[in-house]
Amino acid sequence: MHEMSICESIVQIIEQQAAAQSFSRVSRVWLEIGPLAGVELEALRFSFDVVTRGGVAAGAALEVIELPVTGWCMPCAKSVAVTQRYDPCPDCGSYQIQITGGEELRIKEMEVD
Amino acid sequence: MCTICGCSLGNLKIEGGHGHAHNHDHDHGHDHGHDHDHDHGHAHDHHHHAPDGTHHYGRGPAHAHAPGLSQARMVQIETDIMAKNSEYAQANRQSFNRRGILALNLVSSPGSGKTTLLTATIEALKEELELGVIEGDQQTANDAERIRKTGAPAIQVNTGKGCHLDGHMVGHAFDHLEMAEDGVLFIENVGNLVCPAGFDLGEAHKVVILSVTEGEDKPIKYPDMFHASDVMLLTKTDLLPHLDFDVDKCLDYARRVNPRIKTLMVSAKSGEGMADWLNWIRASRDMFRIGRPAKAAE
Repeated sequence: MHEMSICESIVQIIEQQAAAQSFSRVSRVWLEIGPLAGVELEALRFSFDVVTRGGVAAGAALEVIELPVTGWCMPCAKSVAVTQRYDPCPDCGSYQIQITGGEELRIKEMEVD
Repeated sequence: MCTICGCSLGNLKIEGGHGHAHNHDHDHGHDHGHDHDHDHGHAHDHHHHAPDGTHHYGRGPAHAHAPGLSQARMVQIETDIMAKNSEYAQANRQSFNRRGILALNLVSSPGSGKTTLLTATIEALKEELELGVIEGDQQTANDAERIRKTGAPAIQVNTGKGCHLDGHMVGHAFDHLEMAEDGVLFIENVGNLVCPAGFDLGEAHKVVILSVTEGEDKPIKYPDMFHASDVMLLTKTDLLPHLDFDVDKCLDYARRVNPRIKTLMVSAKSGEGMADWLNWIRASRDMFRIGRPAKAAE
């Protein structure tokens, strides 16, 4: 449900950038999103189309760069690959894992005219 | 347009505020003083600081960055989409800090007994601590009224179509809350185990409330929320004899998702476990107040 408000934020950032860097149209936007950002991509795409209507990003293509989840296993004292928050360490089986990546939610760059 | 809450739809209402939330398009920037400046900084700085070491100066034709690119230029901004909410949350945090107020963000699914627990908590603490409540619900001021009956000041925020409170709403509500310094502010979030996890309100701690009438696997079904919380309160424990709820399993799941989480078992009805919860609040408030910036610094 909050994808709509995230898109409102994206549009606001784009509009501020448009004013600051003098461009009038955005044709493509790249987002970096981690699987743990709590964002449903389909809902985000739908909301993006709706929210951008009539603004500088109207009709812009949305490109999503999906980032991996990474964690730090405390018993092993090393970085390990996990897919979700309650995954055990693939090596030692411990649940003492601190998530170090995968919560990202940011606009990386835009193609503008 | 309000950034985070999507309240351009005109449904946000904050009690005691300017009850015409629809046109607050106009007010935002001015009221708070904490949302200017920032984005300009970004515009200038970020070109130079791409993490992969590439440099983009934003002007002129783009480099071969995206296939088929010709006239268009690339603007690299690397901006956190939640930055706006984080700014509001940070401003709230500073204002809580200045006034010595410990803010707790209470999150749970609807019907977990948050308001009942909160009224019992207020009844128990109101003689010794200054208390205040910000109530978030989609509609109605029922909960704030329940809280006010205890004598504590409360402000209702109706999020309208929104599924969570955000930093901006809480900042507004706090401005209208007539709460004494050096107290404890409870922010009762919208009943929802998903979205509020991602929205910092400036609180010192998120406290997730799970009632034993729900499934014991909620911590792994809704891991983001349990991960984001510092404390889990397992409530309605007076009902345990009538249920198949597996407490150990539930606590185990919660620790899998968040190895640091503290777990407390309480029943607002029988009073069981309430002493621990109240002690946690007292201790957190004491810890919070130690070393906070002196008032003179303001």
